[in-house]
Amino acid sequence: MKKVIVGMGTCGLSAGAQAAYDRLEELLGANPGSFELSRTGCIGMCYLEPLVEVRENGNRTIYRGVTPELADEIFNRHVVGGEALDEHVAYSLDPAGNQGGSDADYLKLQTRIVLRNCGTINPESLEDYEAVGGYGALRKALKEMSPEEIIEEVKDSGLRGRGGAGFPTGLKWSFAAKQESDIKYVVCNADEGDPGAFMDRSVLEGDPHAVLEGMIICARAIGASSGYVYCRAEYPMAIHRLMLAIAAAREKGYLGENILGSGFDFDLKIKQGAGAFVCGEETALFASIEGQRGMPRIRPPFPAEKGLWQKPTNNNNVETFANIPWIISNGAARYAAFGTEKSKGTKVFALAGKVVRGGLAEVPMGTTIHDLVFKIGGGIKDGRQFKAVQCGGPSGGCIPASLDKTPVDFESIPATGAIMGSGGLVVLDDASCMVEIARFFLEFTQSESCGKCTFCRIGTLRMLEILTRITMGEGVPEDVPKLEELGKQIMEASLCGLGQSAPNPALTTIRYYRDEYDAHIVDKRCPAGSCSALVDFFIDEEKCTGCTLCVKKCPVGAISGEPKKKHVIDTEKCVRCARCITSCRFEAIYTK
Amino acid sequence: METVRDEDKFTYRLWRYDGAPGELIPLLQSAQDHFGYIPRRAMSYISSVTGIPESDIYGVITFYSQFRLQPMGKYVVRACAGTACHVSGSRMIIDTIEDELGIEVGGTSEDGLFTLNTVACIGCCSLAPVVMINDDTHGRLTPASLRKLLRTYRRREKEARSKEAVETCEDDGA
Repeated sequence: MKKVIVGMGTCGLSAGAQAAYDRLEELLGANPGSFELSRTGCIGMCYLEPLVEVRENGNRTIYRGVTPELADEIFNRHVVGGEALDEHVAYSLDPAGNQGGSDADYLKLQTRIVLRNCGTINPESLEDYEAVGGYGALRKALKEMSPEEIIEEVKDSGLRGRGGAGFPTGLKWSFAAKQESDIKYVVCNADEGDPGAFMDRSVLEGDPHAVLEGMIICARAIGASSGYVYCRAEYPMAIHRLMLAIAAAREKGYLGENILGSGFDFDLKIKQGAGAFVCGEETALFASIEGQRGMPRIRPPFPAEKGLWQKPTNNNNVETFANIPWIISNGAARYAAFGTEKSKGTKVFALAGKVVRGGLAEVPMGTTIHDLVFKIGGGIKDGRQFKAVQCGGPSGGCIPASLDKTPVDFESIPATGAIMGSGGLVVLDDASCMVEIARFFLEFTQSESCGKCTFCRIGTLRMLEILTRITMGEGVPEDVPKLEELGKQIMEASLCGLGQSAPNPALTTIRYYRDEYDAHIVDKRCPAGSCSALVDFFIDEEKCTGCTLCVKKCPVGAISGEPKKKHVIDTEKCVRCARCITSCRFEAIYTK
Repeated sequence: METVRDEDKFTYRLWRYDGAPGELIPLLQSAQDHFGYIPRRAMSYISSVTGIPESDIYGVITFYSQFRLQPMGKYVVRACAGTACHVSGSRMIIDTIEDELGIEVGGTSEDGLFTLNTVACIGCCSLAPVVMINDDTHGRLTPASLRKLLRTYRRREKEARSKEAVETCEDDGA
């Protein structure tokens, strides 16, 4: 029987997957037994959602942009008629391995280890996960391997922490394993706070059991009996699916006492983060689980020694844990075959911004930025020019187009001044102002600074003030050296990663786009035409209908025009508040 | 989507509290689920049960962006201010909402219908710029389409209210 699978991750649902699912459910109700209806997580092609797959005898056909009407057509022509609607197919795969469809190259160029099950299995079904070999790695780890052997295997794989810092995972585990304690903890950091990063969310929504399995194997390796998943409350779907997964795993005996008859006990709980970026830092995360303000503390002692509740704790992020079952099942050598000399395996990137195909892409370490943006991402939207990628979120930096041959790995990215981060990759085009981007990130880190370290608390505010001033056209020549000096001090005098990296966006943009800073400060001009205080506003005569709405909205009377006649903006009077843009119903106002 | 189970509810959690550490944040979360915000009296209850001073509880509430000390509107408009939305013009989107609803970020409209918040990232970057109204996500917005959207919510509410008024009159008549 044909199986029809609707992609119902957050991205799919926001694009209207529920309507397609409801329509298919109606069709199934009217034609009982005609097909099997299921759901899955995000396959990564977020730009084509809602996606619906028809699967039969190893043939996979994924349709893009499925409206309820298209769902009808898919049912009539494909499910009943047996004929694919080629013009709507995004991706297809036959049993011989032939791939087709309009966007086949998006998936073809990827190596999917972490995302191996995302978008193919039903995340709410333990049976689906078991059918693709799920919990096989746990069985192997419990029955055939000693804790030391597990750690050795992870060490040999060369896996490094995917949360951003890139610390070798096996080594981290060995520290916690060495500690003598009545109780140890395993913590999974699912507090994905970087604006522009959503790979952890997709993994939790699409394959929650893989994360759980990785955590249980880790617990076995270090001798932990209790664990926590610390997940953002902003991800209700991820939390919901984790809850279901934990309950199912408990029932099947993968969690709880005497797991798989091995005598090993482990159980875990979900803690919902309450919205604080700094809680991505592990000691702040522990404070938050303990019910306090999430503020970091001085290390040492390191978490492996004294972590959560002052007990030895191992903390890894979602993607790291999701790698573990694959490594145990397939062996360290196969994992280490991917990637570069010092950065093994693959990395998931969240491609967003001004790129044609925004979504998730998992590629071997060492893939160049150019390949990510152009071969997988499909280039820049609206035919504009590629300017830079912002890598690593608010802690990261901008890598200019001229360095697009940079391979993504834990050595090459930091060499540019950016950081690897958790994998958010925001593509910027020539209409993006780099000073404004730096200001945007500083605004974020400034408001998220927990306030413990003076340099971070006050220093970031001073940097933000200066950057705001520059974008308003009120910058002075001393501003840039001042930013550099402040940045250096903040990095040196802050306790945790937030402060140590907060100046990165400003420092990298100064390094690569000094001319843009000078244009703002000296010529009072925004080369990208993005800072509204430094551009002029005009009315497109073609689009203006003469409705007089902007005339009424303008606070300084700079717009003149009579009903049904084209309006004109007096640039001398204009105060560049942009109220005319937000009020125009015909998108007739533009800036230059 | 129903994710709140009975044992997550506020009164149940308070009643069940056995002194286990780390319960404060879940207690506050369930209080907020229950009341829509964290009223002063909820702080007092939690303090009396857990023995944590109200000042500490206040400190935790104000640290995390999830918690609110004021009631929220019927519709919570969360404008995404993440990186992808930012480069796609989210500032303009937020300005539009502020102008259309006559409130600033963090505020609630006079009729109690809308509260406007910003959120760091909703995770639908490919649909930028994005706004969430309660649990519904709306993507690829322009100032014009956004105004239309907000007016639909307003109109729907107005219609529901006048319908209610008619029904009440009819009830009185009978």
